[in-house]
Amino acid sequence: MIYTASADMENMIAVTGNSGPKVRSDCEIILRIKDKGGISIDLNSKVKTLYGSSITSQCTEVLKFFGIQSAELSVNDSGALPFVISARLEAAVKKLTDAPKEFLPAMSKSNLSESVRDRFRFTRLYLPGNTPGLMINAGLHSADGIILDLEDSVAPEKKDEARYLVRNALRQINFYKAERMVRINQGQRGLEDLDFVIPHHVNLIVIPKCDSPDDVKKVDSRIKELARKNGIKKYVFLMPVLESALGVENAFEIAKSSVNIAGMAIGLEDFTSDLGVQRTAEGTESFFARSRLVLACKAAGIQPIDSVFSDVNDTEGLRKAALASRAMGFEGMGCIHPRQIQVIREGFSPTQKEIDRALEIVEAYRLARERGLGVVALGSKMIDPPVVNRAIKSIELAKVLGLLPESNKQH
Amino acid sequence: MAVKSLINAAGRRIPPSVNGRQVIPFKGVGKHRPDGRKYSPPIPSCIDYPDDGKKVTDSLGEALKKCGLSDGMTISTHHHLRDGDLISNRIFELASEMGIRDLVWFPSASFPCNDTLIRYLEDGTINRIEGSMNGPLGKFVSEGRMKGTAVLRSHGGRVQAIQDGEVRIDIAVLVAPSADPFGNAKGTGGPSSCGVIGYSKADYMFATKVIVVTDNLVDFPCYPMEIEGNYVDYVVVVDKIGVPEKIVSGTTEITKSPDRLLIAELTARFLEKSGILHDGVTIQAGAGGTSLAIAVFVSEILRKNAWKSKFGFGGSTRYMVKMLEDGLMGHILDAQVFDLDAVRSVTDNPKHIPYPVFNAYNFHSKGNLTSMIDIMLLGATEVDLNFNGNVVTHSDGYLLHGIGGWQNCLHARNVILPLPLFRDRIPVIVDEVTTLCGPGELIDVIVTERGIAINPLRKDLIKSVKGSGLPLVTIRELKEEAESICGKPDKPQFSDRVVAAVKWVDGTVIDVVRQLKIY
Repeated sequence: MIYTASADMENMIAVTGNSGPKVRSDCEIILRIKDKGGISIDLNSKVKTLYGSSITSQCTEVLKFFGIQSAELSVNDSGALPFVISARLEAAVKKLTDAPKEFLPAMSKSNLSESVRDRFRFTRLYLPGNTPGLMINAGLHSADGIILDLEDSVAPEKKDEARYLVRNALRQINFYKAERMVRINQGQRGLEDLDFVIPHHVNLIVIPKCDSPDDVKKVDSRIKELARKNGIKKYVFLMPVLESALGVENAFEIAKSSVNIAGMAIGLEDFTSDLGVQRTAEGTESFFARSRLVLACKAAGIQPIDSVFSDVNDTEGLRKAALASRAMGFEGMGCIHPRQIQVIREGFSPTQKEIDRALEIVEAYRLARERGLGVVALGSKMIDPPVVNRAIKSIELAKVLGLLPESNKQH
Repeated sequence: MAVKSLINAAGRRIPPSVNGRQVIPFKGVGKHRPDGRKYSPPIPSCIDYPDDGKKVTDSLGEALKKCGLSDGMTISTHHHLRDGDLISNRIFELASEMGIRDLVWFPSASFPCNDTLIRYLEDGTINRIEGSMNGPLGKFVSEGRMKGTAVLRSHGGRVQAIQDGEVRIDIAVLVAPSADPFGNAKGTGGPSSCGVIGYSKADYMFATKVIVVTDNLVDFPCYPMEIEGNYVDYVVVVDKIGVPEKIVSGTTEITKSPDRLLIAELTARFLEKSGILHDGVTIQAGAGGTSLAIAVFVSEILRKNAWKSKFGFGGSTRYMVKMLEDGLMGHILDAQVFDLDAVRSVTDNPKHIPYPVFNAYNFHSKGNLTSMIDIMLLGATEVDLNFNGNVVTHSDGYLLHGIGGWQNCLHARNVILPLPLFRDRIPVIVDEVTTLCGPGELIDVIVTERGIAINPLRKDLIKSVKGSGLPLVTIRELKEEAESICGKPDKPQFSDRVVAAVKWVDGTVIDVVRQLKIY
């Protein structure tokens, strides 16, 4: 199908992307489709000498792919990578036409990996879905997961174009070992967001503002439909986020609303706002809600995940928050900056003292079994099966995190 | 114009002469030794100077006239007031008013404040700049608009050129935060304190005429004498020599970029695992945000092991000062200081010692400080598959930076370049550097956020980190990863005209920069 401009379209201009002195690794696209005259491209780029001809031919290729023979295109580029340029241009084309095709960059082999339900999710790094500069190196910071966010970190008028960027990021950016998550929008928009990510090897969908099991079920069935249509056999896990009093009241029902749910999180900014209270550092106002979420998750056999800590500069506060969160039973927190990752991971990891104690317990248990003793004691304390189980879990965790000294590797 | 070209030992095509002088092509590292005797300025006699020691002259213009300012002279300045310097531009403004033409400006570095000199390059007052070029000045030169050919030298190469007579300074105009009427001067005190003025040493010793310009005239003797008055012809007192907030930054900050922090952390881990970092280590790091972060990580490692660095070589910042004050470093030697804490430290702390580049980087010294340094952290705009480095041009062919002490520092025991794999879309690891500034045999390790490449010549280092768990890769793998992310870049197109010569530390020409073809 070839698009030529109607009289109306001649007057329509689509603008996508970002430009300006502080913008990096992005570009702004200004597109007008015309009925004749061929394609003219005005490129303004700081990498023009090195990539000018490549950008021009890439843009021409994308326009031709969509059947556009004549257009005026301005590209204000600040070092955007090719997948960003094509996402921006495709978004502009889609604003002006109803072209059904998608211009997909190659699927990077690095991002074909599957996830498993019970992998660690101590740290998940939020990445605004319309800011490519923050995505490119995100996988290097060793978060357990990255969350490409289509929801609150994207301005409402940019939400359409963010979908193309997030889709292309899933296909092109190497996120290394991080679980690839996408936070979709609420409601109908969120269901439509799924079209842009499910076919592109996303591992987990974060569902914001869940109030009832129905919110999860709609997403779940849409995913199943898309998976069937696209021949996808991999699991796509779900992580509902409770952000209201109603959601917290329905915590357990939501937690077991789908077998694909791997974890459930709480979003405290919206939750405290729903309650009409201030969010404090101590978190007294949300203590019950958080406890309730932990109980619901444990009862449903999924991971309870805590909210984000919003002061990036307060490392000490974050450390305390992570320790308190772990003490409550949470198994991870969201990160809004790569600097938070290591602090949170340390907070959720067993301490050396805990590991040593666990090793002692397991050893005492082994010896008691060898001697045929029914009762196990360590020092003055009785050790019963749940204590041993917890110790074994701690050691497993320490092993995975590489915290066990070499000599103890046999455990 | 068809000029015969030479190919130097690095395989770079260079012209046989620059600015009418025959060039010596680069022969290889450590292969060139000039012979003969050092250049010396004319013999002065004290009877020609006032008995009362008062050399204060009415104005800079007056002093320049008394020094016999005339067409074609070479005027030198130092860069210790950095972007806050008010005097270097004033010299050429006055020269232009006097109708003087074809001067050569020989600064130890230029800054954005010097962009206004383009006017005097255009009106013919200045023929050329022999010194660092960046921003609009770099663009001006790269586009072939400067009349003469720029000559880019390292800080040490500048001293070498002065000493062996390759550059003969007619008038050195040296700003000084404090000076006495006899011309003794120092870098501290007054409203424009910059800490040290060590880059002026070769200039005042070898220039035909020396003018000291200050806004803080003190009683004789101004002490300690970084500039010795018996080399000085005239002292000029002005209202202001500089803009204080642009001379030193109030604070130097560690990078906040998570990617740069990752590079810094990897670098520190490399230093630790390889054993390069040890008790008694000697260190030099710049004032860039990544270097500062490395200094903090290195401090932690020193503290953890109860080790101490023997000395660090500046330009110092509050982070190095903190190492000194925390007992993690024995001494700081400094040719320049970068922030207010460092100014305070060099003023008050006897273990913080001003140490001119004259003694640190100079090829004609009897021994050199840089080869005594264990850990040298440096930057670069490009590094190629042979570990060759570029610091003066960007990949698009524009001159953007001076060499600074970079080439001199390559002689340290372990030269480590912490670099991002690409900046925006521009790969830092490339097939071949746009401009060769440092031969790959002197560059040992490249640390990027996506892996560490060790120069194959450093078999000892490769062995030392075997099985360390560090992400070791080859430089080719880094280059290919950069290209797989960014795409393979085109190369800039150059015409045949040479716009700048790049000197090696010994005065030979290692490469040249050609005029960009502008479309």
